[in-house]
Amino acid sequence: MNDITITNGLEVVYKRPKTLTDTPFHYCPGCGHSVVHRVLMEVVEELGIQEKTIGVAPVGCSVFAYNYMNIDMQEAAHGRASAAATGIKRVLPDRFVFSYQGDGDLAAIGTAETIHTVNRGENILMVFINNAIYGMTGGQMAPTSLSGQITSTSPYGRDTQKTGYPIKITELIAQLPGAFYVTRQSVHTAGAVRKLKKAFTAAFEYQKLNKGTSFVEVVSNCPAGWKMTPKESITWMEENMFPFYPLGDIKLPPKESPSKN
Amino acid sequence: MQQPHEIIFAGFGGQGILSMGQIIAYAAMIEGKEVSWMPSYGPEMRGGTANCIVIVSPVRISSPIITRFDSAIVLNQPSLDKFEPAVKPGGLILYEKSSIIKEPSRNDVEVLAIPALEEAQKLNKKQVANMILLGAFLEKRPLVNYDNILKALKKVLPERHHHLIPLNEQALLLGKQIATAENMTV
Amino acid sequence: MESKAIEKEARLMKGNEALAEAAIRAKIDAYFGYPITPQSEILEYFSREMPNRGGIVLQAESEVASINMIYGAAGAGARVMTSSSGPGISLMQEGLSYIASAQLPCLVVNVSRGGPGLGTIQPSQGDYLQATKGGGHGDYHVIVLAPASVQEMADFVFDAFRLAEKYRNPAMILTDGALGQMMEKVILPEEGSLPKKTPEWATTGKPKWRERNIITSLFIQPEEMEKINLALQKKYELLKQEVRYEEFQTSDAEVVLVAFGLSARICQKVVELGREKGIRIGLTRPITLYPFPEKIINRLAKKIDFFLVVEMNAGQMLEDVKLSVNGICPVHFKGRMGGMIPSPEEVLEEVEMLLEKHSISHDMEVK
Repeated sequence: MNDITITNGLEVVYKRPKTLTDTPFHYCPGCGHSVVHRVLMEVVEELGIQEKTIGVAPVGCSVFAYNYMNIDMQEAAHGRASAAATGIKRVLPDRFVFSYQGDGDLAAIGTAETIHTVNRGENILMVFINNAIYGMTGGQMAPTSLSGQITSTSPYGRDTQKTGYPIKITELIAQLPGAFYVTRQSVHTAGAVRKLKKAFTAAFEYQKLNKGTSFVEVVSNCPAGWKMTPKESITWMEENMFPFYPLGDIKLPPKESPSKN
Repeated sequence: MQQPHEIIFAGFGGQGILSMGQIIAYAAMIEGKEVSWMPSYGPEMRGGTANCIVIVSPVRISSPIITRFDSAIVLNQPSLDKFEPAVKPGGLILYEKSSIIKEPSRNDVEVLAIPALEEAQKLNKKQVANMILLGAFLEKRPLVNYDNILKALKKVLPERHHHLIPLNEQALLLGKQIATAENMTV
Repeated sequence: MESKAIEKEARLMKGNEALAEAAIRAKIDAYFGYPITPQSEILEYFSREMPNRGGIVLQAESEVASINMIYGAAGAGARVMTSSSGPGISLMQEGLSYIASAQLPCLVVNVSRGGPGLGTIQPSQGDYLQATKGGGHGDYHVIVLAPASVQEMADFVFDAFRLAEKYRNPAMILTDGALGQMMEKVILPEEGSLPKKTPEWATTGKPKWRERNIITSLFIQPEEMEKINLALQKKYELLKQEVRYEEFQTSDAEVVLVAFGLSARICQKVVELGREKGIRIGLTRPITLYPFPEKIINRLAKKIDFFLVVEMNAGQMLEDVKLSVNGICPVHFKGRMGGMIPSPEEVLEEVEMLLEKHSISHDMEVK
């Protein structure tokens, strides 16, 4: 009933992939989650791996990701998505497994699991949504909240002297030998969405080749948590988040050395 | 064997206390008897106190942890101080002679001092002192068939030490002889 | 003298190793764990054996990670287990609550040590309440089996998986450091004799012919959450048919000891010693701690003078015994804590002291 198909009069240019359920997203208007969900599921559909993909949802706004993604999914305890994903991948090594976590989940309560999952080079895709705030619980300070950022638990702005610094977990884990492909993307423009799609596609292809952990950070916005309109939030993200969390590849797979023959 | 036999092996870690107990337990098991082997366990690996309780029984064993023993095989002074009072009247205290300064004072138990370390050094391998003690104990209390002790030895000794089996057998026999000689003189 | 058959089948093994070997014979798909005394032999045994015999063994970064790997793998339909001791089991409680709510079968082994806190590595039964009353948040229970011998350390691995898979519920083997470290004769269950099939609810990848499978413990509508709770409670009611216990010389007993695990072994000795002295004493040993054998305790209460509950804790199973007895007869308690083990002699002394007290009060009633 919510299925929208858009054509340009000649061909279909936009429709719901089969890998998404017919359920309206509950996410706030302007939030990046729904776009990331869609892009991820488009890739799963295009690669034809719906039957072989298992996702792990976190605790946070995307706790209900399994309501939208039309694949087998598990909902993990707070911070433990990558441990649960490890459990799944180890017993079903031929399946495609991804975890999907926010900043509080992945970079605060689940830091140990994040680092050790990547350090083991678990052959999974870890999707990390960084919007620098705890959205689900109502806008509290996150480990990735920027210096001076106002949240409900840093009402005078994040004071790094007292609360520590915004953590660049993606750069951190990129140091680990188990990390095969590490990139930071966003979904605020059509171009960015296309790049993210490429990143997810590459990650699943690497997983098929047993290359180790692919880690895709998506710098995203939280209009409700940031107390802004969607449009303001995009501008704020561009002006404040991107300088600190610059977009682009952080660790690329080593180039295959050309064959001697 | 009509009654369970309850033994404490005690000394320092590294003296082979736990394997003495295991060998008897293993041999008894081969004979179809009920056995339990309960070690003291803890952070001490070498040099700390170590002991194990072994029960060999014709019937199902109740508690593997007990406080009164039919026999005590003792390899250091603190263990003798601790376990001398725990031996049942009529029981056996068998100890390594050079490791004990203050001899047992009880006269309602059988006491046997074996110069196991001295004899082991004569064999150029002081690690087999425990086997000399074990041989002596088995002479005094033939709980299990000697052939099965040899079988147990193969099971308990790690593979990498199997070249030492002949030496261990020699030590066991030596212990038996010493105990026999003691029997004659007493 | 030597029996060929016994030599072939029987092995002398440590409790921890017998348990691990039984798990391999139960064809577990994976073990996730973290070292902690006095159970590290379990992880070591798997690390040594599984590369040659199949199955996954993974040393996780913490018990928190272990239990969540269990969640993931059990949700994916695998037969999985972890093991730890008190401090690590405490860390697993969050995960266990999720596993119970998502109704996933798995085995958790607690080789208990003395607490609270970092405590001691010596054996204890101080985790009884944590094990039997849920342990984590919410209304749930774990099936709890308490072995009292090396043989049962092995056998209960099979029983635990059988129950866990039948009821889609986590099962726990609650044992202690002494049973883990001691060696006894054990005849191991036959390899591969526990049937296994991938459950239809598992997240193995969604084929076209079925709807997607979801493993979750999140039911945000209270009406739905209550339904889940009602279903769980119904399951726990059903579980009562799985109650197991063992009795020693209770038929003519005036005094009955109640003890589980290692304490029950000690109490068997107390019964032996007491009977030698002419005391009409028996022992009831709960084998399933959850579900608890309340009926047999209640039945005995009507015909004996009193119970003496013996535990290596401050009186935890005591609460379940008292609830089962429901005031019908006196229930006394003898316990040691912090890794201390009650000796058969001191328990017998307690029995004799209580007998004297009871006979005095009985005399006074007569007068």
